[in-house]
Amino acid sequence: MRRNQGAAVIELENVGYNYGGGELLDEVSVQLAPGSFHFLTGPSGAGKTTLLKLCYGALMPTSGRVRAFNMDVHGLDRDQMAHLRRRVGVVHQDCRFLDHLPVVENIALPLLVSGRELSHEEANLHELLNWVGLSERAHALPPELSGGERQRAALARSVILSPDVIIADEPTGNVDWEMSQRLLQLLVELNRMGKTILVATHDLSLIRAAKNQVQARVLRISNRQLQLAGADL
Amino acid sequence: MTDSRLHKLVLGDTQANRVVPPSGFTAHLTLFVSGAMAFLAVFALALSMASGRLADQWASELARAATLRINAPAEQRAAQTEAALEILRQTPGVATARALSGEEQAALLAPWFGSSLPVGSLPLPQLIEVTGEDPGYDAAGLRLRLQAEVPGAVLDDHTRWRAPLVDAARSLRRLAWVSILLIGGATAAMITLAANAALAANAQVIEVLRLVGALDSYIAQAFIRRFTLRALTGSAAGVVLGMIGVWLMPEASDEGGFLTGLGFQGWGWLAPLVIPVLGALVAFAATTRAAGKRLGAVS
Repeated sequence: MRRNQGAAVIELENVGYNYGGGELLDEVSVQLAPGSFHFLTGPSGAGKTTLLKLCYGALMPTSGRVRAFNMDVHGLDRDQMAHLRRRVGVVHQDCRFLDHLPVVENIALPLLVSGRELSHEEANLHELLNWVGLSERAHALPPELSGGERQRAALARSVILSPDVIIADEPTGNVDWEMSQRLLQLLVELNRMGKTILVATHDLSLIRAAKNQVQARVLRISNRQLQLAGADL
Repeated sequence: MTDSRLHKLVLGDTQANRVVPPSGFTAHLTLFVSGAMAFLAVFALALSMASGRLADQWASELARAATLRINAPAEQRAAQTEAALEILRQTPGVATARALSGEEQAALLAPWFGSSLPVGSLPLPQLIEVTGEDPGYDAAGLRLRLQAEVPGAVLDDHTRWRAPLVDAARSLRRLAWVSILLIGGATAAMITLAANAALAANAQVIEVLRLVGALDSYIAQAFIRRFTLRALTGSAAGVVLGMIGVWLMPEASDEGGFLTGLGFQGWGWLAPLVIPVLGALVAFAATTRAAGKRLGAVS
């Protein structure tokens, strides 16, 4: 068995996932080094979302081990899991907001639930809203937002606690090309600030566009296995 | 629980409370149920205290009181009464013994025959009221001696009808306590159902909160606080209404018998004030349990 050097932020070791009807993932091993930028691609239903969920503990592997920040995810209790989630920013496929709260409060939600004093973070919050271009829409309710606005709000929420890792599931799924470029730009900027990024997407042109700006690796799921895709993309 | 958490639970963290959307319907149901249950609990409590009082009263008063009846021909009645009184005065454990006057006997019969009946013309037995000390006299020994010396005397120490009365009062008190327990259990069950409904309705909110790193205790607190405060408010209102109801009942009086004594006396009026606190505790426990179960199912 390979020894973990303690360098990887998230590490999957011979991970398998069985959803009851059969193997979805088998013998998957990958290490996300700090500051790395990974794309995860593959056909629909290949298990991209499942792999991401394994990374932030929403699912437990049926075999193998998942380590996050040098802790075995399997051994974490519920409170430790909550603390892990604060270090991993997640942009969910369908965003997941609290629809009764305005955008600004949704973005501030991680601050709120981790017991931070919101009044101390106001400047940060404004800066973040500016950065994702949602200052004008701060008091709109989530159902009133467009697809691109929702994705940017979800990204803002995922980074507000300044996590070490940002995991995004199809962040450009429902947006036009221009907006997906803008989202990519935000992710690249985060990566330059030292964040580890993992983005699941089936949009190959997005990956090509990213390769011009950042050292990105591409992981591809096929036949239940994870392969490092070649440079030919 | 740390001070700050307790503080938050009582006073509320207004920001945290906004995280769970306001719920109109279940809130009103919880208020109504806890109010109604507290109202019933007040009556059950009043019943238990009153029947307890009755049981104690009857047990102690009747135990000490006895009646001696002298059935004798008119010409011997005075002599036999005197003899009986003499024996009673000599009996250890008898505090007082007093022959009832003609007027007193007439008053006792008035409820049955009316006051216009010339009681004096009837061949009534003479009654002697006997009050025992604590500990009392030896009834069996007294009977034997009276049998020998005053043949017309019959001692009635009320045992015959005292025991079933005291038993009845005691079982009434037991029933009242069982009712209070059932009311508490029913409150817990209904609040558990309401809390489960609220948790299920907010399943997505809970999922989002877990996703952004909320601890179970943080999520649970928002629900627990709501239900505890609702139960407290509802049962406080129910207790106030129940106490007004009890207060409006007629005062205890000789004419009404024991039925009118169903109420609180003195410090007893403070007892119902415990009900809202207990209601809130029941709601707290029920919601904590329900939230714990529900949250366990979310990753």
